[in-house]
Amino acid sequence: MNGLRLENLSFLGRGPYTFAVEPGQVLGLHGASGAGKSLLLRAIADLEPHEGHLCLGQTACNEISGPHWRRQVAYLPAESFWWHERVGQHFKVPPAASWLQQLGFTSEVMDWEINRLSTGEKQRLAIFRLLQNRPKALLLDEPTASLDQGSISRVENFILDYLKENSAPAIWVSHDPVQLKRVASRRFEILVGGEMRELA
Amino acid sequence: MNVIPLGAFELSLASLLVLLLAFLSFWHRLEIERPLLIAALRTAVQLSLIGLVLNVVFSTVNFYLVVLIWSLMLAAAGWEVMSRQKVRVKGPARFLIGTSSMLVSSFSIMVLTLTLVIKVEPWYSPRYAIPILGMLLGNTMNGVALAMNAFSNLAWTRWQMIEQRLALGQTSVEAIEDIWRESVRTGLIPIINSMAAAGLVSLPGMMTGQILAGNTAGEAVRYQILIMFMISSGTGFGVILSLWLMRRKMFDARERLRLRESFYRIEPVGSKK
Repeated sequence: MNGLRLENLSFLGRGPYTFAVEPGQVLGLHGASGAGKSLLLRAIADLEPHEGHLCLGQTACNEISGPHWRRQVAYLPAESFWWHERVGQHFKVPPAASWLQQLGFTSEVMDWEINRLSTGEKQRLAIFRLLQNRPKALLLDEPTASLDQGSISRVENFILDYLKENSAPAIWVSHDPVQLKRVASRRFEILVGGEMRELA
Repeated sequence: MNVIPLGAFELSLASLLVLLLAFLSFWHRLEIERPLLIAALRTAVQLSLIGLVLNVVFSTVNFYLVVLIWSLMLAAAGWEVMSRQKVRVKGPARFLIGTSSMLVSSFSIMVLTLTLVIKVEPWYSPRYAIPILGMLLGNTMNGVALAMNAFSNLAWTRWQMIEQRLALGQTSVEAIEDIWRESVRTGLIPIINSMAAAGLVSLPGMMTGQILAGNTAGEAVRYQILIMFMISSGTGFGVILSLWLMRRKMFDARERLRLRESFYRIEPVGSKK
């Protein structure tokens, strides 16, 4: 059971932020573009230098190497990038067929060329790619931004199932307040200066 | 050695050709005549000066004088490598990375060659030590400049992909491996190509010079093979070392990408506004 805890986390003149996300809980985050939502996720993923205390369960971020931390606290950027020619080359082990099916793919998708994927397909496949390390916490930056309504609810359920099965905490950034009401148990807003306040 | 002497008259005949080319460029508004003439003038002046210097250096065998000349050559090569980078490391490292890599690779290969292969006595005899370092440095410089330029440019344009790979838990070495591989290749392809074409398409410059100066072809060939092997290994080690040093500047101890913080981009000169 690993919760995600931030104590006086500050970076690039922002913060300090202090809050905790309990195991299996989703913290919803929204705010104007440029308010620093992605920056906060990047700092928690240890992709930005930061001060203060950051830990997952009993493990502090600076006790383990950067890559080790990022395999456990997985950050899904709003736009996904792919470096090989085909989808399957980005996976050490292809995702289970039952997983693929839940987001509307068959196992053939592993042979598809990256160049031919639509933005929505990339976004859904990026979620499988993120979960292949079996992360213990998720930082999701607009995970459904370019999906149609049907896919949105499938992706939401898929992610929520993963979090429940693994008792993993998550921070979920979205522009859509209605979505955050569906998926998150606590919701925060980031104001333009970087200040964070909890929404009722 | 019966070398046909070249005098001022013969050289000015050759210079007429360059002038003719410059005139052609002027006539057709190719706008290349200025750089062409300046470069031709530099060749004449620089080589004449180095000829005078070498005459003095060759007549004495002074270790410190040789070291001084080596250092000047190295500094010039380091400066050249730096000025060919579009994306440079901030601080003195922008000069030191290329220079130190060339120092380690070219100097150690030169010393090995002089002491174990050619076995000159003393090993720093300027008649061997200066031209050999010159050839090594000239080629290593090209390879290192090409590779460093490719590495920093590719990383600069593909930074989002590198960060994506870091976010998935890859190490810094894994996250940049394809850019690394591409850059090492870029640095080594010219020398690999010239080894492959040697003798079939081109007679390399040093060998041509030796033959023109009256040496037997067999001797010229053996020296050329030696030089080619030294040049390719020197270039290879120099390229790998410089990219390794550069990669260390790209990531911090937590293996975060620090490209915007540790590098800066030179805006291309003369680009259209």
